[in-house]
Amino acid sequence: MTVGFVSLSHVGKTYASPRGDVVALADINLEIEPGEFISVLGPSGCGKSTLLKCIGGLETATTGDIRIGGSPLAGPPRDLGMVFQTDVLLDWLTIVENIMITAHFKRLDPVIIRRKALELLALFGLDGFENRHPWELSGGMRQRAAICRALVDDPKLLLMDEPFGALDAMTRDDLSMEMQRIWMRSPKTVVFVTHSIPEAVFLSDRVVVMARNPGRIENDHRIDLPRPRSLAVRGAAEYSRYLTEIRNEFARLGVLKAE
Amino acid sequence: MAFWRANERAITVISVLAGSLVLWELATRILHVPQFLLPAPSIVIAELFKAPGLYAINSLATLRVTLTGFGLAVVLGVLLAVAIVHSRIMEHSLYTLLVALNSLPKVALAPLFVIWLGTGSPSKTTVAVTIAIFPIVIDTALGLRSIEPDVMNMAKVMRASRWQILRRIRFPHALPAMFAGMKVAISLALVGTIVGEFVAGGEGLGSAILAAQGTFDTAQVFACIVLLDVLGTVLFYTIDFLERRLMPWHHSQRLLAIPGE
Repeated sequence: MTVGFVSLSHVGKTYASPRGDVVALADINLEIEPGEFISVLGPSGCGKSTLLKCIGGLETATTGDIRIGGSPLAGPPRDLGMVFQTDVLLDWLTIVENIMITAHFKRLDPVIIRRKALELLALFGLDGFENRHPWELSGGMRQRAAICRALVDDPKLLLMDEPFGALDAMTRDDLSMEMQRIWMRSPKTVVFVTHSIPEAVFLSDRVVVMARNPGRIENDHRIDLPRPRSLAVRGAAEYSRYLTEIRNEFARLGVLKAE
Repeated sequence: MAFWRANERAITVISVLAGSLVLWELATRILHVPQFLLPAPSIVIAELFKAPGLYAINSLATLRVTLTGFGLAVVLGVLLAVAIVHSRIMEHSLYTLLVALNSLPKVALAPLFVIWLGTGSPSKTTVAVTIAIFPIVIDTALGLRSIEPDVMNMAKVMRASRWQILRRIRFPHALPAMFAGMKVAISLALVGTIVGEFVAGGEGLGSAILAAQGTFDTAQVFACIVLLDVLGTVLFYTIDFLERRLMPWHHSQRLLAIPGE
């Protein structure tokens, strides 16, 4: 097996609880190539968010080894951007100031970052909103701004923890398209956690299927659909085949009922 | 009609207030209430104009001690809250100490401060600080601490230092809670000042009330109470005004928000 840009070998995470240890992750092995878009798909409680937090250095794995770009992980790595389920924009800052917080915290040149921020906002259709406050924007616009914040210093690795989970179906589709467009413009390694099978298949080069009790990787699907994928791809037979395959897998795992 | 709608609140408040005053005036006259029990509003107002300079001096003395006490309580309170949030040892020791201090009726401490600091403004200010500091510490600590876990994760991913997190996230996040504490504290600082003046004497509305009580000059007592009430109300609304100016993002200010996409 080749060693990827992100490399996890025998990673386990156990939480101590009053009723004994809870195994959140058991023996996770995963290699992610540079520039690969990979989705981690699974039901709630399968440890997919914990896995993402371990890769981001926000939680330490109990066992095993996580390497990013060859070096072992100690805290959040450099060149990391992260998007969370809620946008976690700061209410007292304007949209562009929210993005500029990356420059403050990472001690980057504010002039360059500001230029980059305005560029990204325009790319996400948020030009003209840079001086608005988060509470003046809709949920979809806020999450777009949060993605801009994560991308503004051009990180090599982007971790997304159910980023569209709190949005309505139409906004989700819209953001999926934009996500693909941005990713194709400057491909970076993306780990995208979701519980939506269509979203995972539409966006990813690979879909990693997780199961719970204990949280583990069950299967790894390569998605060979040509890019750019339009929303029309959802009518394609190939696309449906992937959906069915993954859905059947969850049925076999007892997560989804087949009939 | 348009005038009524625009000023409905002010008109209501003024009419109710004026109505009560007229009622009070009439009651004392018709029922021949002795002046040393309850002076009529007209007599209280006349009393205020009898010695406006004296009342102004006493009011300013009380105002000065209240504001100094409040200011010190804010500075010390916020520093203590930061210490409590950032250190477990401080949290356990300071917090317990503060709860113990707050459980004590601070009025009981006033004579001690007079023994230690004399009868001047330092002892009065100290009483004001000890009473006003508690809500500031509690509310600020709560505000500094109640950060969403993912906001902290966002800052950690950006490798922010504790100082950066305090300055750019915790502190602005805590401002609404701090103001809630300050609104309670400003009134408590006034209470502390009056208690200090009762015990230590000297200038101030508290001392003036005690002096008037000694000569059964009830009109003077009432004049001081009116001034105290005006002072307290003005101070409260000053904090309220600052809150609106400093926190346009606060939920009560979001009337300008535009609807979704």
